[in-house]
Amino acid sequence: MHIVACVKQTPKSENVKIDPATGCLVRSGAASAMNPFDEYALEEAVLLKEQLGGTVSVLTMGPPQAEAVLRDSVARGADAVYQLGDMAFAGSDTWATSYALSKGIEKIAAGQPVDLIICGKQTNDSDTGHIGPQISAWLHYPNAAFVKKIIQANENSVTVERLTEDGSEVLTLPYPCVLSVVKDINKPRVSSVKGRLAAKRVTVTKWTADDIGADKQKLGMKNCPTRVVKSFVPKREVCATCVQGTNAKEKGKALVALLKENKLI
Amino acid sequence: MDYAINELEQEVLNTSRELVQKKIKPLRAEMDAKEQFSAEMWDEYRKSGMFGLWLPEEYGGLGGGITCLAMAFEELSRGCAGLALTPGTSALGAIPMFLAATKEQRERWCPDLASGKKLWAFALTEPEAGSDATALKTTAIKDGDYYIVNGTKHFISTGKEADFYTVAVNTNPSRGARGISLLVLEKGMEGFSFGKKEEKMGIRTNPTYELIFDNVRVPKENLLGSEGRGLLYVQETLDYSRPGVAAQAVGIAQGALDVTIPYLRTRKQFGQPIITFQALGHKVAELAAKTEAGRALVYNLTHRMDTEFLPAVRQAIESGTTVHDELKKLKGVRWTKYSAEAKLFCSNVAMEVADECVTLCGGIAYMRDFPLEKYMRDAKITQIYEGTVHIQKNEIITALIKEYAAKGSEE
Amino acid sequence: MNNWKNVWIFAQTQRGKLSPTAFELLTAGRQLADALHEKLAAVLIGNNVSAFAQQLIDCGADIVYTCEHPDLENYIDDVYAGVLAKMIRDYQPNKFLLPATNMGRSLSAKTAVFAGTGLTADATEVVIHPEDGQLHATRPTFGGNLMATITCAHTRPEMCSLRPMSYEKARPVQGRKGEVVAVPFEPAQFISPVQFVEFIKTQGDNLDLSEAEVIVAGGRGVGKQEGFTLLEKLATRLGGAVAASRAAVDNGWIDYRYQIGLTGRTVKPKIYIACGISGQIQHMAGMSGADVIVAINKDPQAPIMQLAHYAVEGDLYEVIPAMLEALK
Repeated sequence: MHIVACVKQTPKSENVKIDPATGCLVRSGAASAMNPFDEYALEEAVLLKEQLGGTVSVLTMGPPQAEAVLRDSVARGADAVYQLGDMAFAGSDTWATSYALSKGIEKIAAGQPVDLIICGKQTNDSDTGHIGPQISAWLHYPNAAFVKKIIQANENSVTVERLTEDGSEVLTLPYPCVLSVVKDINKPRVSSVKGRLAAKRVTVTKWTADDIGADKQKLGMKNCPTRVVKSFVPKREVCATCVQGTNAKEKGKALVALLKENKLI
Repeated sequence: MDYAINELEQEVLNTSRELVQKKIKPLRAEMDAKEQFSAEMWDEYRKSGMFGLWLPEEYGGLGGGITCLAMAFEELSRGCAGLALTPGTSALGAIPMFLAATKEQRERWCPDLASGKKLWAFALTEPEAGSDATALKTTAIKDGDYYIVNGTKHFISTGKEADFYTVAVNTNPSRGARGISLLVLEKGMEGFSFGKKEEKMGIRTNPTYELIFDNVRVPKENLLGSEGRGLLYVQETLDYSRPGVAAQAVGIAQGALDVTIPYLRTRKQFGQPIITFQALGHKVAELAAKTEAGRALVYNLTHRMDTEFLPAVRQAIESGTTVHDELKKLKGVRWTKYSAEAKLFCSNVAMEVADECVTLCGGIAYMRDFPLEKYMRDAKITQIYEGTVHIQKNEIITALIKEYAAKGSEE
Repeated sequence: MNNWKNVWIFAQTQRGKLSPTAFELLTAGRQLADALHEKLAAVLIGNNVSAFAQQLIDCGADIVYTCEHPDLENYIDDVYAGVLAKMIRDYQPNKFLLPATNMGRSLSAKTAVFAGTGLTADATEVVIHPEDGQLHATRPTFGGNLMATITCAHTRPEMCSLRPMSYEKARPVQGRKGEVVAVPFEPAQFISPVQFVEFIKTQGDNLDLSEAEVIVAGGRGVGKQEGFTLLEKLATRLGGAVAASRAAVDNGWIDYRYQIGLTGRTVKPKIYIACGISGQIQHMAGMSGADVIVAINKDPQAPIMQLAHYAVEGDLYEVIPAMLEALK
């Protein structure tokens, strides 16, 4: 089996600080890491490889420092890693990004046919959740999103359980297909000693827009359909009434009284 | 201070530390309270490669030495001494095998040991044979191609969970201690059952069991080395594994300090953080210095051991001989005194540090929902198992007497 | 681009029910349609869904497009996205809003690529720019630390998924008139190799978080899985549901489906009682719309203690039992 996991390097969630004066992300000193949801995607890919045999390739689109998440992927069990890097990609929205990634996947597949593409549900910076479904659209592959479990996988198809607000739905998809996974699906492992040593030595394959045959008219800030016209820091209203009482018990009683008084319960 | 001298040792430290932060810390309190073995941690250790650190690449290991073993044991124990015993006792149980095994035996057992698919344990202790191992009563009488094993072992770490057991038996009771041999038994062999599960002061996350052998038929191919040489292999094993226990002790001490120092910084009494009271700060300084001294002692020793151990292993693999024989050929250092010194010093430091830290933190540290009292309960065992502090002192003075007797009237 | 007219909303149906999000989208859609002086249309895809058409008209839709067929009973991404893309080509809507539900988020993404247009995800506010008639969609990024306003200048329709409960539900006006357009569905055109196997209902509680009027949520301060039993007691006593912050889910104390926040659910109950939750921006993004927020926390400095309507400084393991006692 050949599985491709798409990952992104994003700011570490705890480190996100917005400068209230400029409304911009304070990037200096903000540590970057693999997008948390992508850790689950990669772990699922590695688990499938361990179960069925095969290889895991990891693809990312990002600036030079994104190489770190590719090495991290090898530490976590990936075999081959690819980086899409080109000024032409800069400022792409999800439409353009998913297009570039889909071209990257096509080139990887030219070397060895791809059965399954796994993405994380969304990133912790853009939070859109678009990439998985959009890659499937560009490639005309079937897809399922919000996958919380792979019930069964073999050489031809995969049966998954996807989350809905009222329960879950079970679907069977033939290869090749695209899955976007949620946190429930697994518990990412700690990278192995062997993996960490391999991560230092692995060669990262780097491709430009031309290498993957991407139409530059579909890439970058100028060409992508959406753009940001404004960004601002949301104001947080301060409101609290402190519930009084000499100890926790008294406060609990007082709270109930207050809620009753205001006809809330 | 980090004592890693190469990339492999550094990644062993990094991996062990991440295991503690991400996997051990969330689990340890619950597993300790339930006194349960964690199959989940076993899986995590397997995936991260913790079982194969000290085994040759030929068997799927990473080709590290005693240092890698000790480093992992220290760092994992810093999180939980009991959970660290899963790979720890598998190494302890397998080292006698690894030293005495023939090429064929190594090929039979090492791959699953290195991958962590099978766990090993060491079974020496009996109700009447603790410090005095020579008094063991378990017998293994030859019957054609088999040994028939009868007897009981107790206080066996990772008992019942382990798949393979290196068991000290007497194959020739009339010869007493000179009849002691090592046999490998496997869980599931007919007549091999598990008795009492011990309820312990500490290391509760590791299961301690009684083993019962009732006419167990063990193939003669499971004998390690030659009959009657069991205690020799046991001594050699202890020489290599006691630094591991010393490392565990250092890890426990460090773990206790890791909890204590931040607490002392945030705890305010009499208007100031209590760490600023010199009486407390000075005590912490002493404890930290002792912990660092212990760590230096362990890794200097293990790095020296590796300069002999690793070449001997390499030679044994290439020539198809036993590691024990290759070590003998080297006529290297007799490690007994140094291993005993390391274990003596470090286990005493662990107990002292954990105990003092509880006092420093005060009332809250006495409560079980604060993570410190567990370190104190766990530290105690390091002064006892693999030879009590008294046995370590015996080893040291015996070695010193021999050393100075040999020097004669030179000085 | 001038040929693209009207504001569309996707009226999600699932298992024979019309999602409440449809009415929220009608409110938002109505505002956009009025600003553009264009019509508001609702799109229904499924099996036997035309039954919902009148409800949508009563709540403001001028047109309802229905595409019905037994093959459309269950949501298959390729099929629904293909149907929508074809409808977009055939009818050329100006703006298209979908709900940011699980279905809506993946459906809108795939449809946007099939239709060659731009999509904004999970917006909390949509307005028409008075000068150029473009859709300005505002949404949270970086875990809610930064809001971004996004537009889609050159392609149509401008698509957007709207976060549930960002808008009030539209109220029905009896006797409103509207046009129902049946869109033909050719199964042969939309064959998908995906097989829908079955639906599994959630075990346990039947109260949907999005409908609960009272939510009792637990965070890191709950400390252990068993702690949620106490929260359940309070929730049951108040006729509400239990939920959790990301910390509680990550610790394995409760299932991901109960997570409130930016990477979880958004809720808008009458009362949200946050127990042992610090109130990080990512969590607030999921519940700040509640009418009344109550915070119970040992730490008076926790962000939520300033943002709640009622703040109780105390140990939830003492406060909640006292509340239960007082409620007897």
